[in-house]
Amino acid sequence: MPKQTFILNGKPVTVNVNDDVRVLWVLRDLLGVTGPKYGCGINVCKACTSHLNGKAFNPCSVKVGDLKRSDKVTTIEGLPATVGAKGEDLHPMQEAWLELDVAQCGYCQPGQIMAAVALVKRVRREGRGITEADLDRIRNVCRCGTYVRIREAIEKGARAMR
Amino acid sequence: MTALEHDQQEAPEGGLGRRGFLGWVMAGTTLVVAADLGLTRTAATAAIPSLPQVPEIYDLEDLQTDAALPTANLITVTIGTDGTASFALPRMEVGQGIVTSTAMILAEELDLPVEKVKVTLAPARPELLFNQLTGGSNTTFSTFTPIRVAAAVARRRLLDAAAIQLGTTVDRLTTTGGIVSDTLGNTVTYGDLATSAASQVVEAVQVLLKSKPDYQVIGKPRNRTDAREAVTGRKKFTTDLDVPGALPTMVCRPPEHQGSPKRVRNKARVLTMPGVTHVAMVDTGVAVRAKTFGQCIDAIRELEVDWNRGTVSGESDQTVLAKLKAQELPMVVPQVPVLAQQVDTRFEFMFRSSAALEPYAAIADVREDRAEVWAGLKAPIVAQGNIAAATGLRQDQVKVNVVTGGGSFGHKLFGDHAIEAAKISKAMGVPVKLMWHRVDEPRQGRLHPMATSRVRATMLAGQVLSFEQRHTSVTTDFSHGLGEMITSLADELPTGLGGLGFAETIFTLTQELPYNFGVVTQLLNEPLEFEDKFSTGSMRNIYSPDTCVAAELTIDLMAKKAGKDPMQFRLDHVKNKRVRAVLEKVKKEGSWGRTMPKGMAQGVALHKEYKGATAVLVEIDCRPQTVNRDLGKETYTGPRVTKAVIAVDCGLVINPRGVEAQMQGGFMDGLAMTLSASNHLRDGRFLEGSWDNYFYTRQWNVPPEGVEVHIVDPGSDTPGGVGEAAVGSSAAAVACAYARATGTLPTRFPINHGQVRFKPKSFVPSLPASPTNGLKKTY
Repeated sequence: MPKQTFILNGKPVTVNVNDDVRVLWVLRDLLGVTGPKYGCGINVCKACTSHLNGKAFNPCSVKVGDLKRSDKVTTIEGLPATVGAKGEDLHPMQEAWLELDVAQCGYCQPGQIMAAVALVKRVRREGRGITEADLDRIRNVCRCGTYVRIREAIEKGARAMR
Repeated sequence: MTALEHDQQEAPEGGLGRRGFLGWVMAGTTLVVAADLGLTRTAATAAIPSLPQVPEIYDLEDLQTDAALPTANLITVTIGTDGTASFALPRMEVGQGIVTSTAMILAEELDLPVEKVKVTLAPARPELLFNQLTGGSNTTFSTFTPIRVAAAVARRRLLDAAAIQLGTTVDRLTTTGGIVSDTLGNTVTYGDLATSAASQVVEAVQVLLKSKPDYQVIGKPRNRTDAREAVTGRKKFTTDLDVPGALPTMVCRPPEHQGSPKRVRNKARVLTMPGVTHVAMVDTGVAVRAKTFGQCIDAIRELEVDWNRGTVSGESDQTVLAKLKAQELPMVVPQVPVLAQQVDTRFEFMFRSSAALEPYAAIADVREDRAEVWAGLKAPIVAQGNIAAATGLRQDQVKVNVVTGGGSFGHKLFGDHAIEAAKISKAMGVPVKLMWHRVDEPRQGRLHPMATSRVRATMLAGQVLSFEQRHTSVTTDFSHGLGEMITSLADELPTGLGGLGFAETIFTLTQELPYNFGVVTQLLNEPLEFEDKFSTGSMRNIYSPDTCVAAELTIDLMAKKAGKDPMQFRLDHVKNKRVRAVLEKVKKEGSWGRTMPKGMAQGVALHKEYKGATAVLVEIDCRPQTVNRDLGKETYTGPRVTKAVIAVDCGLVINPRGVEAQMQGGFMDGLAMTLSASNHLRDGRFLEGSWDNYFYTRQWNVPPEGVEVHIVDPGSDTPGGVGEAAVGSSAAAVACAYARATGTLPTRFPINHGQVRFKPKSFVPSLPASPTNGLKKTY
């Protein structure tokens, strides 16, 4: 069986599994990293949103064999460390989520937070701020309907992200 | 109105006596106290007028009788030596916030910081009978008193122990933050007292509950106790649990709704596929167990299965609608004067999927002589019984663990997932972690039934003489326990309900038109021909979102006929002060009547249920540039609600922040039901397959000017329900605004149902392949 190696939340990991298994199942079923959630398996609900080399991606639609040894996969579990947070400290976007008490059932929220962080970084790369249109285009489904608080938290989290 | 006035008006049995209750100290190594979960009902039926003293409600006779009651059906609170209080809530947390509000209630009565209260979810406890069902927005209403009684018993017992330890008397002690202090400044913690306060025998204790003016925790906004777990990804849902040997399992399902497998043609070949360990046929389909869910999907796509037809083979939306129409009950218009005007309306409501974002999932480990199941279950006792029946075990051999759910909306009232997982585990002889694919949910999962609602109102010279509503629905499945609950309470139900079926009884118990409209009749008919044809259930409200839309749209037409403003017409006819208060609140906060551009309009609606009332005012934009805005593939945009203002009276508020969240979420559900979310039935199959077909709201549907929530305090000292309270009036307000903005009365909901806006996913194979182009879609 092929060996799959990539960097997960800052540490290299190797898994014995076929190339065509999607990264979501490698994370959840083989590595026990359960922050990224299953909501559709076809990249429409975005519950599994994580980061690949700092950009948002959906592991349900990437074959593990397509990852390079140097590819850095970050899930919600590894998000605080990307800003140098130590111990129980959180990423500013997670803090904003706590302050606004965004979550209800919480199932979609890891994906929502990862999408929000990627959005802030993208608009920064484009040299601009977040617009209403940017928020409208976020596709992550929240079946509890926490959308209003998500919008407020993104703006708050963005202000706290340096 | 002051709290006192309110009490005098609405609670004649009020006064001190309502706070006196009986609880128990249980035998244990640390302090364990208990209360009867049936307390609320007992208190409510003890309609003894104004008795100010404890003994007059609970005298010695009562005490002796009650103390002899079997204690098995009690809920217990345990004080640990670490100073924490632990409580296993016999309800299910699905995001509605009851773990947080329950911790607050306990903390209040115990004088303990909320952080030191540990609330978990109780496994199925058959001895609780009907008292372990999470539904009907009833949790806080039904558990408020019993939980406080248990906490008060604990506090009283801790004080007794502290008095001995500090060499003083209880009346010289105070409690704050889990610490007991005497007048000299000596202190002792609850943790220190946990062992000495313990009892070796069970004894009955009388307690007086804290009164409302003394509340420190209840009524103050508090963030969810599980928020940190949620935002760090540490919160565990069923599929996140690591049960040894329980490998991923999925089911290849029939193309037709509720079809069944006949024969698997290539089982041996599929068993050789990567990761696959087992293939087994059960009544609902062909199950595959593998090392990863991805390999289950791949294997299911390869399976060749012969299928039996489904229960609605050949049926489509139109044929079901025609059958409903043929069964609509007649109106019985009372005799009205010749000059009376009539408003006649008829509305159709399509099937909707109640599935949450977490699909049905359950872990099952079924052995020869026992079974253990883990799942999100709102009626775990019923599931336990069903699992026992399905596996040939006795109910006491089945352990059912209740796992916090990733949403429910009525879906997890049913144990479909847990029962199916148990059957598969039994068939395979190994533990399984079953998960439904998203595609399985709208096609085979529980649906809110299709229904029609007719209304006829008669008016004379601006006066409303009668208002009749006839609701006709595909059978709603109540086999999750509500049905049995009704049977057991048959003797206690209000007169006039005798002889009604479950559905009609529930309809009658939930429908209340909050207006003075002369002779009002609201009736339900669920034709028998639909029984067991569709997999149904209620979706965040039972009948109310549909009946409310029909009624409120009709009221707008009545107002028009009377030459009145819709808001004023409602205010002129509201039945009581509480309803008026929420309506006036949205009128003011939402600036009712403000000028809007052509193609935009306001709408207002009102709903009364769950011991409270909710009014919603929205503004909608139906201009072409908005309706046709393009946000790319797999989106449905449509009319946009630009602003929503909600006023809710839900009685005593435990956690205002939780209420606000429930209102905002309930609003999004109402919005989806009116504008965009439905299932299409074609030739016995439901076309929708995933979130790119089933248009629940997304960010592009969120009102850009916000969803404002105003809590109107009625001065009540008992809580109402909030989980479903906003849905009906939100759905109706959006419908009313849409009708006013477009100048056309919508008659079928959701309004976009007429057009199928997607290419249906394949039925054979039953699951779509996961894409592989994710690296091209990073951002």
